[in-house]
Amino acid sequence: MILLRLAIRSLFSRRFTVGLTVFAIALSVALFLGVEKVRTGARTSFADTISGTDLIVGARTGGVQLLLYSVFRIGNATNNIGWDSYQQIAARPEVDWIVPISLGDSHRGFRVMGTSAEYFARYRYRGGRSLGFAEGAGLEDLFDTVIGADVARDLGYRIGDPIVVSHGLASFTEHDDKPFRVAGILQKTGTPVDRTVIVSLEAISAIHLDWKDGSKSANPLSADAVRALDLAPDSITAAMLGVKSRMQVFRLQRDINEFGAEPLLAILPGVALQELWQIVGVAESALVGVSAMVVTTALLGMAAMIFAGLNERRREMAIFRSVGARPRVILGMLMLEALLIALAGALLGLVLLYLGLVVARPWVDAAFGLYLPLTAPGRFEASWIGVIVLAGGLVGLFPAIRAYRMSLADGMTVRN
Amino acid sequence: MAASETEATNAILMSGVKFAWSGAPRFGMSIAELAVPAGQTVFLLGESGSGKSTLLSLICGINQPEEGRIEIAGQDIVPMKGAARDRFRAEQIGVIFQMFNLLPYTTALDNILLPLRFAPERRRRCPDGRGEALRLAKALGLPAALVERTQAAALSTGQQQRVAVARALIGQPQLIIADEPTSALDANAQAAFLDLLFEQVQQMGATLLLVSHDIRLAERFDRRLDILDIADVRREAT
Repeated sequence: MILLRLAIRSLFSRRFTVGLTVFAIALSVALFLGVEKVRTGARTSFADTISGTDLIVGARTGGVQLLLYSVFRIGNATNNIGWDSYQQIAARPEVDWIVPISLGDSHRGFRVMGTSAEYFARYRYRGGRSLGFAEGAGLEDLFDTVIGADVARDLGYRIGDPIVVSHGLASFTEHDDKPFRVAGILQKTGTPVDRTVIVSLEAISAIHLDWKDGSKSANPLSADAVRALDLAPDSITAAMLGVKSRMQVFRLQRDINEFGAEPLLAILPGVALQELWQIVGVAESALVGVSAMVVTTALLGMAAMIFAGLNERRREMAIFRSVGARPRVILGMLMLEALLIALAGALLGLVLLYLGLVVARPWVDAAFGLYLPLTAPGRFEASWIGVIVLAGGLVGLFPAIRAYRMSLADGMTVRN
Repeated sequence: MAASETEATNAILMSGVKFAWSGAPRFGMSIAELAVPAGQTVFLLGESGSGKSTLLSLICGINQPEEGRIEIAGQDIVPMKGAARDRFRAEQIGVIFQMFNLLPYTTALDNILLPLRFAPERRRRCPDGRGEALRLAKALGLPAALVERTQAAALSTGQQQRVAVARALIGQPQLIIADEPTSALDANAQAAFLDLLFEQVQQMGATLLLVSHDIRLAERFDRRLDILDIADVRREAT
């Protein structure tokens, strides 16, 4: 124990250089574990966004793309599904439920989604949870909207506030002749729903009825006039559906993919997510690789620091030798030193990581819709800290071997 | 048994020792015979560069001779393996250097206790290491608070040297080797230091080999030697 105490005191006596080295290792470890946290956080966040949906149907495009724009509101649909096709699919005997989605408009940076009332009953997230209302209720009137928790928070909306929908995603053309009213505010879900303004499918039709070729008509219909008209849409962006028996999923998927009237694509959300991970996986590996390099650099920096101090410590080694310490003890002491530095660095890194998480979590959630769970460090962190500390000890072997040689050569003679 | 008893009456016995240092500049030393009876106090006169460091390293088993016998307490250390020699040194020999004897970053107490870590025999001789360290420190005029709490680096040179004596003496090794232990002290402190050292060494009945260039210290020793008389040093400039 005296050797451990001496190693700690020796480190403490060099606390400025040692402290800097520990801090460098801590930062690198926090980065490394942070990248992993974000990576797994992003995966669970994505995986939690859709649950209980068997198939997503859209116009023919890439599976990942369909998943991204229909569920995550990332990117845009290049094509729509005809309302006829939608109805034909809805009428299939395998289909238990089906919910249409119509995207394309926005409100002050938040996407507007047209859907049916069934959406609120069918949409599931994070292992089967349903949407719940924080305030108000669902869509009743044609110009009612239900807004996500972030929309309400960011824009400060209350029940009954008016909302004007903009045409397209980034345009200055407003559907200001037909204002909506906030009828309900959803509870926070940690999914893109929080950032969505939900209206009825008919309302989407209503605000576009008097539009021609993407611009406002010269003589618009009044909001009351459209109520009398047929508001069935011509087309929708995508549809989510559930089947009666999971055994039927693949046949239904094949049938939709071979749909005669127009080219359609049906995807299993889980499979599309897997494809997405494969694409993202390369970038993830690159990130993990870079952060591993940063850890390596910090450990090498530690070895350099120990190396640099060796010459000044020849006296110390001679004292150890004179009281009968074998050169192997000198080797062990220096490796112990490296292990202690690496351990302190790794533990401080863990502290930094959690401090960073606590501070950055709300911001990451708001900016990227990425919900990072604040879980206690588990086996993953423990095993990586173990690996890093061992790597530290291994790196420490180099200066330790040098010290071993020096102490063999110097013996008790001390050169100043 | 009788033979080993008589052999053991010599604390140090060197015979026919030849040592060569292969580095540059090349350097060799041979010692025909040196016997130091157990319990004797020996003054060895040696200027710096006279080969005294090499001689002490040979006695401590840190340098290995090419031939010859080096017996410490009756045991030849030349054939021993490195680890065994280190262990033997830990058990048998207490070493005091010229200056900077201590690990600066820890307390005097830790410094005094350090040899016990490597010498189980010495540890057995003082089961209460801390108590023994404090007793020695007190006998050497070091207050307990200073020994327990102050970092070695904060002690005066005289105090450091006395801590080094306590470290050399703890657990009662039978041979104390001191390499110019007083050269960093002023004349008054030198005398006081030697008084304390002699008192403790004689109480323990240990052998003392003190190397110095300062002949004025020599008178109180049982025996005075000049390194030039016992060692033949060869040196080649490169």
